[in-house]
Amino acid sequence: MIYSDIAITAFAIAVMADLFLFKNSLLTRPAFWTSYAIILPFQLITNWWLTSKNIVMYNPDAIVGLRIFSAPAEDLLFGFALIVGVMDMWEFWGRRGMQRDPNPNKRKKHK
Amino acid sequence: MLIFTVFGSFWLEIFLKIGVLRRIKRVVLSVLPISLLFLIWDAYAIAQGHWFFDRNQMLGIIGPFNIPLEEYLFFIVVPMAAIMTIEGVTTVKPHWRKDEFGQ
Repeated sequence: MIYSDIAITAFAIAVMADLFLFKNSLLTRPAFWTSYAIILPFQLITNWWLTSKNIVMYNPDAIVGLRIFSAPAEDLLFGFALIVGVMDMWEFWGRRGMQRDPNPNKRKKHK
Repeated sequence: MLIFTVFGSFWLEIFLKIGVLRRIKRVVLSVLPISLLFLIWDAYAIAQGHWFFDRNQMLGIIGPFNIPLEEYLFFIVVPMAAIMTIEGVTTVKPHWRKDEFGQ
């Protein structure tokens, strides 16, 4: 398997897990897409930095070859899978009641 | 790059009081299982030569499975930044939180 295969697989697993395994799927919620819209430009900047300066290099045989701001397109699938996976876990523990309150020592006040 | 990510997201912790760092147990249990999978992938990709790093632009510390220190840090810092981002968003837009717990 090359980077492209694994990236597509990781992306597919993350999407399927989010939609069918976790309750209250992130992919159907504006909170996720707003967060992703914030994260994506930062990902593009850091990917561009790491690849344009050749800090990270890719074997041409391991990628399709489509590059977005100098980084392989596969990076977007990889990043998406990582972000969805971690956020789903975060929400999962939150729904189970683990450390839901951002400030456990003070009583939460809302305006 | 990692420092840029830390500065880009960790200010939310202070100014929006999202309290992610205070909930470290939930952070660890969320980040660890996912990052472990991605680190296995990383180790495989490095072993297969899918990607490689410029040794002159690295700290030069290589951890287990031939994975550079920066990669280990990446899989701690980036997931935390993701959590802080969604917590920041739902702090600014609290009504989006109700979908989260089905309230």
